[in-house]
Amino acid sequence: MSVITYRQALRDTLRAEMVRDENVFVMGEEIGLFEGSYKITEGLLKEFGPRRVRDTPIAEEGFVGAAVGAAMLGLRPVVEIMTINFSLIAIDQIINHAAKIYGMFGGQTSVPMVIRTPGGGGQQLGATHSQNIELFYSFVPGLKVLAPSTPAEASAMLRAAIRDDDPVLLLENLGLYNSKGEVPDDYAEPSNDDVATIGRAKVTREGSDITLIGYSRMAMVATQVAEQLAEEDIDVEVVDLRSLRPLDRQTFVDSVKKTGAAVICEDDWLTYGIGAEIAASIQEGAFDYLDAPVRRVAMAEVPMPYAKPLETAALPSIESISTVIKETLSAVGKRVG
Amino acid sequence: MAAHAEATPDSEATAGLTPPVHRPDRQAFSHVERHIMADTAKPKGRAAKSSGTRKRGRKDTSPGLSNEKPEILLDYYRRMLFLRRFEERTAQAYTQARIGGYCHLNLGEEATIVGLMSALREDDYLFTNYRDHGYAIEKGMDPRRVMAELYGRTDGVAKGWGGSMHMYDTATRMLGGYGIVGGQLPLAAGAALAITYRGGDEVVMCQMGDGTTNIGAWHESLNIAKLWNLPVVFVVINNFTGMGTTVEMSSAEPDLYKRGAAFRIEGERVDGRDVLAVRDTTTRLVERARKEQTPFLLEAWSYRMKGHSVVDPAKYRTDEQKEEARSEQNDPIRLFDRQLTEAGILTDELREEMAASVKAEVAEAADFAENSPHPDVSTLFDYTYATPVPNESTRMPADPVFAE
Repeated sequence: MSVITYRQALRDTLRAEMVRDENVFVMGEEIGLFEGSYKITEGLLKEFGPRRVRDTPIAEEGFVGAAVGAAMLGLRPVVEIMTINFSLIAIDQIINHAAKIYGMFGGQTSVPMVIRTPGGGGQQLGATHSQNIELFYSFVPGLKVLAPSTPAEASAMLRAAIRDDDPVLLLENLGLYNSKGEVPDDYAEPSNDDVATIGRAKVTREGSDITLIGYSRMAMVATQVAEQLAEEDIDVEVVDLRSLRPLDRQTFVDSVKKTGAAVICEDDWLTYGIGAEIAASIQEGAFDYLDAPVRRVAMAEVPMPYAKPLETAALPSIESISTVIKETLSAVGKRVG
Repeated sequence: MAAHAEATPDSEATAGLTPPVHRPDRQAFSHVERHIMADTAKPKGRAAKSSGTRKRGRKDTSPGLSNEKPEILLDYYRRMLFLRRFEERTAQAYTQARIGGYCHLNLGEEATIVGLMSALREDDYLFTNYRDHGYAIEKGMDPRRVMAELYGRTDGVAKGWGGSMHMYDTATRMLGGYGIVGGQLPLAAGAALAITYRGGDEVVMCQMGDGTTNIGAWHESLNIAKLWNLPVVFVVINNFTGMGTTVEMSSAEPDLYKRGAAFRIEGERVDGRDVLAVRDTTTRLVERARKEQTPFLLEAWSYRMKGHSVVDPAKYRTDEQKEEARSEQNDPIRLFDRQLTEAGILTDELREEMAASVKAEVAEAADFAENSPHPDVSTLFDYTYATPVPNESTRMPADPVFAE
């Protein structure tokens, strides 16, 4: 095991997959000469040249659609959309084309492409650059949506996404790029076949008092919350959703059946958000086991402000999640530390 | 707008907007081709329309006939006739509720379709919009399976998953009719990117309607295609109307073939009623795209004989416009019929023979579709994903989320 950043895990895995398969190529804005806005593609142009590392014009609909077309002919494009906010320019190609082509034509042609794109607030990027709109894509059958929370998951999920024959949106997060974690020593080897299972959630920390559910950055924060509350003798079980579509309901429902209570933490807005689907699934799958209402900790329902105190207040935090966990346990009648 | 309409009708106008290096070599055009271009490159502005210049006779293109083998001409005639009868049968099946949803017909577009497809190699790719039945057939799909797709049956080209707007067949490389205006353009550019990535020599043809030239995907795709040297021929079918909105109402530059100029893409306009003109112009552009590895733009104009779709009575058209759209001189089949008859190529006997065999073949397609099974509901979840993964939902509407 070695410890590396989320960014390096993505970059090295992408490189390894390009070495492994000639059909894998990358395209996007500023990914070649500039080496990526967030440096995930650093060094790739030098190593692979412009045929396989293709700088695009600022034309998300055009180049995402071009990736769909190239994938239809059997290439495996990995497209970078600089942030998920800009995916809205390409949403027709993602939802009306990438997600539809396999089914709409009766299973004749798959679309083996990956869209890599970071979400995330908290960087003082303001209203149009801080959104968490993965829900839009998680809503659509035909797409697969993955949300890695650690460097090891980022590596294994990117590998899985590239080798999958369907369009996969890999949700990265601005707040995770510099986070560190352990990865297997051979994570960057082209011969590495450790592919994450798409469609599986994971209990990342076992506990008995309450289930805390998150994904992407919030799965990492959830672990921090659990560790902090452990010091107060509150035993939190953490579920990382990992795959937003398909959604593994059984894993978190089983956890709630065990603990009897659940809190969901999410960086997106609460109303109609990912957490709403999780909460609905819990009530249907674990109704008789619930000792308290399912609570959600989500972003305040405003366009993200620029000013730091406002931005910080709008986002879920370790403190706000901890508070809601304690309130929920209090409602259950369990002792609160 | 009037300035556009009164501009010299000359397909070289676009070339004049591009750098000299891209100027087509005029001397390379044969006498016939040059003649056709001069005849067909008429502006379609309002002024042209009101002055009736579109209504000129067709004798100008007859020299083309003498340069072509009679059997080829008769083959084109039969194929055009087939598309006409196929679409008429489609409309009939629609009114009989055998076909549902949206249904857009190629009536009036037959010469354009046969001409375009005659210019492609079998291994060239085709992307189209939703008005795609004729293209599917002409690219090589079995008409019976096209009709079965319209009927939503298992023997349809997309197994009943697509319907009228979504004909698709990997084998014949017709990679889809698409229902979102402009959606097929980035895909076509991407297909061409894959071809060049592998060093292939196929060409991609991307068909669209006149209204498509105003959507963002048009601009992004043409820019990318030229920037990346992609062998795509973008074909704009100009029937003067996007649903009910005229080209002049929607396009600041209504001479659509000029609109590649912003991307240094050469454009040409051709009379889409003239199968030989379409074939020859398209062949030239397709082969140049193949050889020069660069995109081209072709505008083919013809009349949409009926409404936007089967259910559209086209009330926005005046009686005069309706008459114009259905007149003999604007009907590519009646035109071609007359030309071939006058040239002594099409005899009454041949005409009757072809009419009968086309009728029988169309009837057979409808029978085939009628007798093809409806898809079984058990196949509902067969095509959501190509790679199976855990927890794919196979929940029916009233099923619980957690099935025991």
